[in-house]
Amino acid sequence: MQRDQTSPAPAIELINICKSFGQVKANRDVSLRVEAGSIHGIVGENGAGKSTLMNILYGLYQADSGEMHVCGQQVSLRSSADAISLGIGMVHQHFMLVSNMTVLENVMLGSEGGPLLRTGKRETLNTLQQLADDYGMEVDADAVIADLPVGIRQRIEIIKAIKGGARILILDEPTGVLTPGEADKLFEVLKALQRNGVTVLLITHKLDEIMAITDAVSVMRHGEIVGHRRTADTSPAELARLMVGRDVLLSVDRGSAHPGEVLLDVSELACTSSRGRQVLSDISFDVRSGEIFGIAGVSGNGQTELLEVIAGMRKFDAGSVTLLGETITTSAPKTPAQIRDMRIAHIPEDRHQFGLILSFDAKGNAILGYHRSADYGSGYFLDEDAVATHCNKLMSEHDVRPGNPSLLARNFSGGNQQKLVIARETDTDPKILIVGQPTRGVDVGAIEFIHKQLLALRDAGCAILLVSAELDEIIGLSDRIMVMNGGRHMGILKSADAVRDRLGTMMAGISEAATP
Amino acid sequence: MTPAPPLPRWADVFVLPLINLMVALLVCGLIVLALGENPFVAIVVMIKGAFIYPGSLGYTLYYTTNFIFTGLAVAVASHAMMFNIGGEGQAYIGGLGAGLVALWLAPVAPLVLVIPVAILAAALFGAVWGLIPGYLQAYRGSHIVITTIMFNFIASAIMVWLLAGTMMQPGQQSPHTAQFAVSGQMPKLHDLLNALSFNVAASPLNLSFLLALAALLGFWILIWKTRIGYEIRAVGQNPKAAHYAGINVPLVIVFSLAVSGACAGLMATNEILGVQHRVVLNFTSGYGFAGIAIALMGRNHPIGIFFASLLFGALYQGGAELDFEFQSITREIVLLIQGMIVLFSGALAYMFSAPLARLLARLQVRPKPVEGEA
Repeated sequence: MQRDQTSPAPAIELINICKSFGQVKANRDVSLRVEAGSIHGIVGENGAGKSTLMNILYGLYQADSGEMHVCGQQVSLRSSADAISLGIGMVHQHFMLVSNMTVLENVMLGSEGGPLLRTGKRETLNTLQQLADDYGMEVDADAVIADLPVGIRQRIEIIKAIKGGARILILDEPTGVLTPGEADKLFEVLKALQRNGVTVLLITHKLDEIMAITDAVSVMRHGEIVGHRRTADTSPAELARLMVGRDVLLSVDRGSAHPGEVLLDVSELACTSSRGRQVLSDISFDVRSGEIFGIAGVSGNGQTELLEVIAGMRKFDAGSVTLLGETITTSAPKTPAQIRDMRIAHIPEDRHQFGLILSFDAKGNAILGYHRSADYGSGYFLDEDAVATHCNKLMSEHDVRPGNPSLLARNFSGGNQQKLVIARETDTDPKILIVGQPTRGVDVGAIEFIHKQLLALRDAGCAILLVSAELDEIIGLSDRIMVMNGGRHMGILKSADAVRDRLGTMMAGISEAATP
Repeated sequence: MTPAPPLPRWADVFVLPLINLMVALLVCGLIVLALGENPFVAIVVMIKGAFIYPGSLGYTLYYTTNFIFTGLAVAVASHAMMFNIGGEGQAYIGGLGAGLVALWLAPVAPLVLVIPVAILAAALFGAVWGLIPGYLQAYRGSHIVITTIMFNFIASAIMVWLLAGTMMQPGQQSPHTAQFAVSGQMPKLHDLLNALSFNVAASPLNLSFLLALAALLGFWILIWKTRIGYEIRAVGQNPKAAHYAGINVPLVIVFSLAVSGACAGLMATNEILGVQHRVVLNFTSGYGFAGIAIALMGRNHPIGIFFASLLFGALYQGGAELDFEFQSITREIVLLIQGMIVLFSGALAYMFSAPLARLLARLQVRPKPVEGEA
């Protein structure tokens, strides 16, 4: 395809790049060749050094040694401004937009064209029109960012990156927040960019995306490149093996569920956010012991609030939640502590914000929420030995590495942080488990482990409520699936009926008859 | 630019404060030089004045006691990520509590009863004065910095009103209460030591110093050994995770502010019960604010707070000696020097953090005996 007509000079060539942070070697002798005009994927587990490498490419970090060539010329980048002047643009995982400004104002930021905004505005409008014509990236220039869906916000980030004439575009985990439909649109845009000669570097951990869109792929593990492949010549299984260093089961065998009595019953639940927006309306469902009940939906459609209401962390307006036969209503609320005491465990969606205290060590996190338990001290005092013993036990049973209870939580990789949270929450043998995004930002090897654990808990009779933005995860684990859109439930499907396309339509807000 | 790597703990705790101190002393030395005096002579005078002359150590430790209490007050709240600037007012109101007990109880009860009750009253009054802003922050969203500052003014106004009115010593024109009876006076350490036939020069140092050391220990146990201390730190480090963990976040905030206020209130045991023996106007004289610098310099840790307090105590006492010894160094210059140390150790505490971290990363140094690089 495009590769046939590339000039001999690659868009980017890295030779033996090394970068250490103290004792940690984040990149070791990384050599990489990205052909001009290609879409090049970089995959690897969390902590494999992908982000460090991209930050070096974008001038945010300086390599300790090694050479870097852009379009055939050796360069040394001292800042992101250097990278931009060489035509390298970057779209970060977390968007850098001013949310209460309009699209126009955001795109104009940094090139206002003098003290009066008139010229800058006119030029920016022209640019936006030009990009819409060239790449099909239509946006409403006067829309306020806060009102726009995530997919459009990302498009604006891309516009910001290429309007300055970027010929090389780096995207860091771009599809993590998108619906399947939005992701497809993103890929169309990337293909259009490619046709216009832009080189795209795509960092992701989703192997199906690599297979779908890239021309070539490089795999990183432990700071090193462990393989380069032409996408046409490889398979997801091979890439996963390269990433993890061993064979990985990409989907676990679910077995059959044996649902028992109803343990969690949500009835006509409604909730408004602190800003007065209706985030949940008329939600009803139940979860039985021994089943995994999945909730599919694009992030931000009420799933977060639903989990928080059930965990007692959020007040609601109407309806009721019945947990193990005890009904919670607006007039009879329960605190998170009371709910946890009923042996209802909660693995929160965002482990950095809720599940862990990053500045505490692993020990301190191992008892978070259970620190009042008689197991970890007597009276007012905490028994440090008991806490350390407990933490050691969790770490060895759940393969948390490194198994050092005194290491700060922030120094563990994402997968190990998540394993610690899951270990803590499942150790009490919960009757109901509320799980949000169990494998977000978690590497392939750990995903397998976590999925097996959830299934084992299910088989032991736990009622599991699973929220995930990863459709494959929902489909792969759930016995029944409810789709949420705009705080409403769009229907409940049995796992046998849950085809990707059907769920995708429902996630986009097109309802169909509910079959509970 | 590459972000600075994190500073190793030993460097943060020992090297950084030392650098700050050295820079402050350097600037002070230049000031002294500009005044036409020899800075090295001046520093010898200060050290002698703070530790060596008879009774000087007692004075230094007496000031240290005040600083420990107000430093602890700031530190307790800091662990819950609350910035308590109200130590001044909390100590002032604590003095009211101690004073009321001493005035009413001392004439009729023995010392062993009056002093403990007065200590409790000082802590309790201070706690209430910390608890109110804590409540307003936790349940009403009023910013703790604003409310604690305002409560300093309210405390000051209340005390002026009381000391110039209801509580003023009858037949007097100056705004203070009557003197406490002997059983309302905290025993002086030099009296006790002399009674045990150690020969010690007289100084204001009293049993409150031992109470301050006990408070340091109590603080350490509270924060690092108890469940409530765990909750305080959890709320401070990540209130969302604390909420998730079932911790009653507002209640913990109120509690930490109450303990914080109690620590500040205890300062009155040293100043009112130990030295003045009556409630006087403005006896807090800035110790409450100095507590902020103490806690910052001491990194909210009891050992750090002790040494920071000792340093400030030595500066107060040694500074007085400077004023006495040199014609050209006046009381104001001494204040300026003390201010420099507060500036560099407190307000600019982390100014050298990033450069030091880069330097250490470049040198790849292992922990070794500490040296100032300033």
